[in-house]
Amino acid sequence: MQTVYGIVIDGIAYGMILFIISVGLSVTLGLMRVVNLAHGAFAMVAGYLASYAVQAMGVPYLVALLAVVALTVALALPLERLLYRRIYGSANELAQVLLTIGLTFVVVASVNYIFGPTLKRIPLPEFLTGTVDLGPKEIPAHRAFVIVVGVAALLGLWGLLERTDFGIRLRAAVENPEMAAALGIRTERLYAITFGLGVGLAALGGVLGAELLPLEPYYALRYIVLFLAVVAVGGAGSIFGSAAAALSLGIIDTAGKYLYPSFGEFFFYAAIMIILFRWPHGFFQGKSA
Amino acid sequence: MTAAVTKAPAGATAAAITAIPPRPSRAFRDAVAVALIAGGGLAAYWIFPEDLGLLTRILATCLYVLSLDLVLGFCGIATLGQAALFGTGAYAAGIAAVHLVADPILLLVVGGVAGGLMALATGALVLRAHGLTLLMLTIAVTQLLQELANKLRWLTGGSDGLSGVEPDPVLGLFRFDMYGRTSYLFALAVLVVGVVVAQRIVRSPFGLACRGVKEDPLRVAALGGSPRGHLVGMYTVSGVFAGVAGALTAVTSGIVGLDSLSFTWSAEALVMLVLGGAGHLYGAVVGTVAFMGVHHVLASTNPFHWMLFIGLFLMAIVLFAPGGITGGVARIAGLVRRRAP
Repeated sequence: MQTVYGIVIDGIAYGMILFIISVGLSVTLGLMRVVNLAHGAFAMVAGYLASYAVQAMGVPYLVALLAVVALTVALALPLERLLYRRIYGSANELAQVLLTIGLTFVVVASVNYIFGPTLKRIPLPEFLTGTVDLGPKEIPAHRAFVIVVGVAALLGLWGLLERTDFGIRLRAAVENPEMAAALGIRTERLYAITFGLGVGLAALGGVLGAELLPLEPYYALRYIVLFLAVVAVGGAGSIFGSAAAALSLGIIDTAGKYLYPSFGEFFFYAAIMIILFRWPHGFFQGKSA
Repeated sequence: MTAAVTKAPAGATAAAITAIPPRPSRAFRDAVAVALIAGGGLAAYWIFPEDLGLLTRILATCLYVLSLDLVLGFCGIATLGQAALFGTGAYAAGIAAVHLVADPILLLVVGGVAGGLMALATGALVLRAHGLTLLMLTIAVTQLLQELANKLRWLTGGSDGLSGVEPDPVLGLFRFDMYGRTSYLFALAVLVVGVVVAQRIVRSPFGLACRGVKEDPLRVAALGGSPRGHLVGMYTVSGVFAGVAGALTAVTSGIVGLDSLSFTWSAEALVMLVLGGAGHLYGAVVGTVAFMGVHHVLASTNPFHWMLFIGLFLMAIVLFAPGGITGGVARIAGLVRRRAP
C-alpha cells in the first residue's frame, strides 16, 4: 500500500514536471511546426542559472525561480528572431532537427564551459523540504508544490487559450496561418510570443524539476527524448493531451522503476510504442503535425 | 541519365575517355567515387600506420552512415533509430562469434541477416507513421533494444559489453594482427564492396521507385505502386547494411558495447550524413571521415570543445549550405565552371 501510494505521488509529481516542460514544446510544435530539439537546452540553462543564483549569490528560491524564467526567455527571444524564424513550417523537418540539435550542442558546451561539468543542485528553501499533512497521509512538500504549480500551469494555459483574445488569435493561426495573417493577425509577433511562452514553461520546469531530472552536463540531450515522447503521445498542440500523456507516462515510468528497477526505462518506451500504435496522432488528435 | 545507369562502369569509363561528354555519365562518376574511396583508404594505410584502430572504426562507421543514407537520402524517411539496426548486427555477430562460428565473413553475413530481419520487423510496424510520431517510434525501438541488451546480461554482457570476439583469419589466410593491419584492409574491402552494392541498388528500378516515393508517394500509389512496400523494402536493405557495419565493428574491435544501441549513436549518424550531404552515397563517406577525424583531434583535448564546434558547424550547414560538404563543393565547382570560358 505504501508502495502504491509512493508511486502515485512521485508519478504525478514527475508527470507534472514532464507536463510543464513538454507543453511548451507541444504548443510551439502545434503552432510553428518546429521540432525543437533545443527545448531541453532552455530548461537546462534555466536550471544552471537558478543553481548559480541560489548557491553562489544566495538569492531566495522563489525570487530566483521567477528571475531565471524571465532571464531565460530574454536570452531565447533573439534566437527565435535569428534562427527559428528561418525554419518554421513542416516542409523542412530535417533542417529543424539539425539546427536545433546543433543549438543544443552549443548550449551544452557553453553551459559546461561556464559552470563546470559537475552535477548541479538547487537547494530547496525550508518550506519545501518538509512534508504536507493531508489528513491520513503526508506528502513531501516539494512534490506538493510541483503538483500545485503543474495544475496552475494547466489551468492558466487553458484559460489563456480558450478565454482570451490572444488565445483566439493563436488558435486561428494554428488552424490556418495564411488565413489568419490575411485577417490582420500579426502572426510573426504571435510566433515570437508563443515561443517565449514555451521557453518560459521549459525554464519553469527545469528549475522546479531539478530534484526529479537532475541537472547534469548532458541534461539537454538526455531528457529531450522524454519531452518529445510526451508531445508525440499527447498530440502536438493539445494542452490536455500533453497533460494526460505526461501524467500517464510519468506514473508508468515511476511504477516501472519502483517495482522492476533493473528494467530501467523499458516500460516507459514499451508504453510509448503501444500507445503510438493505437493512437498514431496522440491521445487528443493534434490539429497539425 | 537513366540509360547510362544500366551500362557497366568499365564500359562507361572507356566511352567517357574517347567521347569526352560535357558532363561525365553517372556510371563513370560512380566508378571514380569507388576508385577514390579505395585509393584514399590505401593511402591512409601508408600515411597513418599508427592510427589504424581509429581508421578501421571510421571505415565501419562509413558503412553505417551509408545505410542511413539509403533510407534518409533515397526514401526520405527521417529516422533516429538507425543504431537499433547497427546494434542488432553487432550483437548478433558478437554472440555468434562467442558461441558458434569464428569465420569473419560468415559473421558479417550473420550481422547483415540479423540487421535486415530487425529492420523488416520494426519497419513493417513503424513506417505507417510520419514526422514526429515516426521519429519517436524509431527512438523507442532503439531504447527498448538497449534496455533489453542491458537486461540480458548472460547473453550480451550487459553494461560491461560483450567481449571475447576472436575471429579466425580472413579466408583462412590473413590473421588479425595486433597492429590492426588486417582489420583495416578487411574493413576497407567490405566498405568498397558495400558502396558498389549500394550504387547498384539505388540505380536499380527498385531504387528509382523508392526515390519516386520520396518525391511524391500519392503519385506512386496512383501509378499502381505500393509506397509503403517500397519503404519497408528499402528499410530492410538499409538494415542489412547497418547490420554488416555493426558486425564489422564487432569483428575488427573484438568488443560490442551498449552504446552501439544508443540514441546518441543514431543522432551522430544523422549528423555525419548531413555533414557530408544526403542522397548520393559519397556524402556518407565524406561526412563520416570529416566528423570522426575532427572529433579525434578536438575531443582528445576537451569533449565540450568538440560539441561547441560540431554544434556551430551544424547550424552553419543548415543556414548556409543545405547540401552539406559535397553539396557545397559541387556548388563551388559549378561557380568555377561558369566563370571559366
